[in-house]
Amino acid sequence: MRFVDEYRDAGQARALSGQMAALCRPGRTYKFMEVCGGHTHTIYKHGLEDYLPDAVTLIHGPGCPVCVIPMGRLDDAIHIAEQPGVIMASFGDMMRVPGGRGSFLDAKARGADIRMVYSPLDALKIARQNPGKRVVFMAIGFETTAPSTAMTVLRAEAEGIHNFSVFCNHVTIIPAIKAILDSPDLHLDGFIGPGHVSAVIGCRPYEFIAHTYGKPLVVTGFEPLDVLRSVYQILTQLAHGRSQVENQYARVVPWNGNPKALNAISRVMELRPYFEWRGLGSISHSALQMTEKYAAYDAERLFHIPGVRVADPKACQCGEVLKGVLKPWECKVFGTACTPETPIGTCMVSSEGACAAYYNFGRFSRQRVKEATSP
Amino acid sequence: MCLGIPGEIAEILPDHPDLAMVDISGVRRAINIGLLDREDLAPGDWVLIHVGFALSKIDEEEAAAALDFLNSIGDPYEDEIAALRESTIDQG
Repeated sequence: MRFVDEYRDAGQARALSGQMAALCRPGRTYKFMEVCGGHTHTIYKHGLEDYLPDAVTLIHGPGCPVCVIPMGRLDDAIHIAEQPGVIMASFGDMMRVPGGRGSFLDAKARGADIRMVYSPLDALKIARQNPGKRVVFMAIGFETTAPSTAMTVLRAEAEGIHNFSVFCNHVTIIPAIKAILDSPDLHLDGFIGPGHVSAVIGCRPYEFIAHTYGKPLVVTGFEPLDVLRSVYQILTQLAHGRSQVENQYARVVPWNGNPKALNAISRVMELRPYFEWRGLGSISHSALQMTEKYAAYDAERLFHIPGVRVADPKACQCGEVLKGVLKPWECKVFGTACTPETPIGTCMVSSEGACAAYYNFGRFSRQRVKEATSP
Repeated sequence: MCLGIPGEIAEILPDHPDLAMVDISGVRRAINIGLLDREDLAPGDWVLIHVGFALSKIDEEEAAAALDFLNSIGDPYEDEIAALRESTIDQG
C-alpha cells in the first residue's frame, strides 16, 4: 500500500473506504466497470483497489481508442500510406500498434511517408504545404477527438484544400457499453462513466443504462478521490435500490455536453451501419464515417482499401481484457512475451491500455501481485 | 491523444475567429477555440485541450487537479507535450 502516504487525500480516501464497506450487503459481490482508460490508469497508479471493500471488483472496459482498432483497419491504413504520393499523418499513440503487416513504424521503415502529428490541424497544415501530395489523417478516438477531426474537415472545406482526407476510425462509446451489457460473459452491477467523453456527449446518452438495464452509472473525474467517490455513489444507489445516472464531475461535464462539438460531428460524420472492435467484434452503429456530402474528404472512398478482417494473434487475449472477462495479468502472454517494449496486443501498446497501466504501476503493488499469482 | 491537457488563455487572437494563444505547461501555442463560446473566454481563463482544440472551460482548481493527474501519468504526458511543441497550428 505504498500509495497511501503519497497522496494528499489519504484521510478522505480511508473514510470513504469505511463508508463503502458499510454499504455492501453481506454475502453479495459487486462488479463495476470503469469504461475509460484514464480511470484504469488512476486505479492502478494509486492502488485504489486496496481502498475498496473486498466485495467490490473493478472491471476495466474498452475505453482506450487505440486498443479497440482491429488489425485489419490498421492494415488498410498502411495500404493507403503506401500508395504513391501519399503522406499519412497519425497521432503518436498509433505508431507502434501492430497490424497484420506490422505497424506504422514498420511501414515507415519500408519507405512510406508517415508523420506523427499532435492535432488534425497539423495534418491539414501538411496538406497546405504539400499541394502535390495527398495527405491522409488517420482519425482515431472517441467523442473527445471526433469533434476536432470534424472541425478540421470544415476548415479544409472553407479554405478550399482538396488534397486532404480523413481515414475515419472514430468510435462511439454508447454502443460499446450496450454490447457489453448484452454480452452473456459478464454480469456487471454498475458503471464508472467516462470523464472527458462525457464533456462532449453529456450525461443523457447514458440514461438507458439506468432505465432499461437497471444499472447505476456515475460520471467521474480522474483524481483518485473522484474514482473512489463514484464507487461510493454507485454503492449508495444499489443499497437504496436505485439506478440513476449521476454526474460527480459537474465541474467539467455539463449535463447536456458540448453542443458545438456534437454539432460539428453531425455536420461531417454519420453512424456506420457496423464497425469491428478489437475483442468485442462487430457492433452496429458504433462508429462514425464521413457523410456523402464530405465524400471528397473521405479516404475510404478515395482509396481502394482491402478491408480484410485480420484475426488477432492466437496468444493475444486483448479481446477478453477489453471486455473485462480477464484481468491483464490473467492473459497468457502478459509480462512475458507481451510487454510495452515488445507488445503483442493493443492493450499493452497504449499507455491507457489496461495491460500497460497494470504493467507500469499495478504489478509493483505487492497485494496485486499476490492476487495475480494465487490460483 | 486521449488526454485532456489544461491550458491558460494568454490572448484571444483578434484576426482569427477560432484561435487563442494558450500557455500549456510552459509552451505557448495557438489553440482552436471554435468548440467553445468565444464571448465566454478571456485571458486568464483555463480550458481543457484535446488534440489542439479547447473542449471545456474549467476553473483554476480543476486545471491544477488535471495537471496533477497528467504528471502522475509521466511518460505519455511528456510525449503529448513533446508532440504539442512540434505542433504549429495556425490559419495559413
